[in-house]
Amino acid sequence: MAAEGKIDPMHQFVIEPIFGSFGHNNPFVFTNSALWTLIVLGTIWLFMFGGMKRELIPGRWQVMVEGLIAFVDDMVNVSIGPEGKKFLPWVFTAFVFLLFANLIGNMPFGIVAPAHPFTITAQFTFTGVMSLITFAIVLGVGFYKHGLHFLSLFVPKDAPLAFKFVIAPIELISFLVRPFSLGLRPFIAMFAGHVLLDVFGNFVVEALNAHSAGGIGITILSMAFIMFVSMIELLVAAIQAYVFAILTSLYIGEAVNLH
Amino acid sequence: MDIASAKLIGAGLAAIGCGAASAGVGYVFGSFLQSAIRNPAASDGQQGRLYIGFAAAELLGLMAFAVAMLILFAF
Repeated sequence: MAAEGKIDPMHQFVIEPIFGSFGHNNPFVFTNSALWTLIVLGTIWLFMFGGMKRELIPGRWQVMVEGLIAFVDDMVNVSIGPEGKKFLPWVFTAFVFLLFANLIGNMPFGIVAPAHPFTITAQFTFTGVMSLITFAIVLGVGFYKHGLHFLSLFVPKDAPLAFKFVIAPIELISFLVRPFSLGLRPFIAMFAGHVLLDVFGNFVVEALNAHSAGGIGITILSMAFIMFVSMIELLVAAIQAYVFAILTSLYIGEAVNLH
Repeated sequence: MDIASAKLIGAGLAAIGCGAASAGVGYVFGSFLQSAIRNPAASDGQQGRLYIGFAAAELLGLMAFAVAMLILFAF
C-alpha cells in the first residue's frame, strides 16, 4: 500500500481464507477469523484450566481465576439480585471472551507478518451475535417469567396518565435500539483503535522512507503516539468488556425484576 | 465540487461528533471525581454506574466515527 503513497487502514479487517478458497464448491473455508477465534478460545481454556484445580490453599493462578469469577459474580448479584446466579454463565462467558479477544487482538505479534493478530471483535458479526444472545435471554426470561405483563417494562409506574403515553413509545424505541448499540460499542471501539494504530504505523514507515531530518522527527513522534495509543487500547479493551458485561446484567436484571 | 472532495469534507464534519463525545466522557468522569472526593467511602459502590454513564456518552462518539467511516469507505 505504501508504494502508492496511500494508506489503507481497512486491509487489516479483511477476512481471508488460510486453507482453501471461497468458492461455490467449498462452503467451509478456514479463515484467519476462524484461526484467531480458536486461538482466543484456546487461551481462555488454558487460563481457566490452570486455575480450576480447587486447591485448599490457592496458588497465584487460582487466585487470578477465582478473582475474575468473583468480580463478575459481584457484578451480576448487584445488577440482577438474588436470581443472578442463573445468568452468571452467560455474563461470564461474554466478559471473558470479549476481554481475551480484545487483548489478543492488541498483541504486537505483527513483527512476523503471518502472525499478525486478527482482531475478531473488530467484526460486527461477533459482537452483534453476542448482543443478540443477550436479547434472546432478556426477551425469553421476561416473557417466561411475567407473560405479557413484561410489556409494563415500557410504562413508568408512578407517572400521570398523559405522561405515560409520551414515555412508553420512547422507552419502546430505546429498548429496540439496545441490541444494536450493545453490539456496536465493543465493535467500534476496537475498530477505531486499530484504524488509528494502522494509520500512525504507516506514518512511521513513510516518514522513514522520506530520508530527511523532518522525517525522523515525525517518525519519533508517531512512534511515541503509537505507544500511547497502545496503552489506551489495553484500557479500552478491558473497559469495553466490562461495559458489555455490566449492561448485559443490567438488561437481564430489568427483565427479571421489572423496574 | 466533485463527489470525492465532498466525501472528505463530510467525513471531516462527522468527526466533530467524536470531539463532542469526548467532552461528554470528560464530564462523566469529572463529575464522578468531584463527588467521589467529597465522599470517598461511597465511591466504590458507584463504579458500575460510572461505567454505564461512560458507555452511554461514549457510544454517541463512536457512532460519529462510524458515520465518518461509512461516508469514507461505504459509498
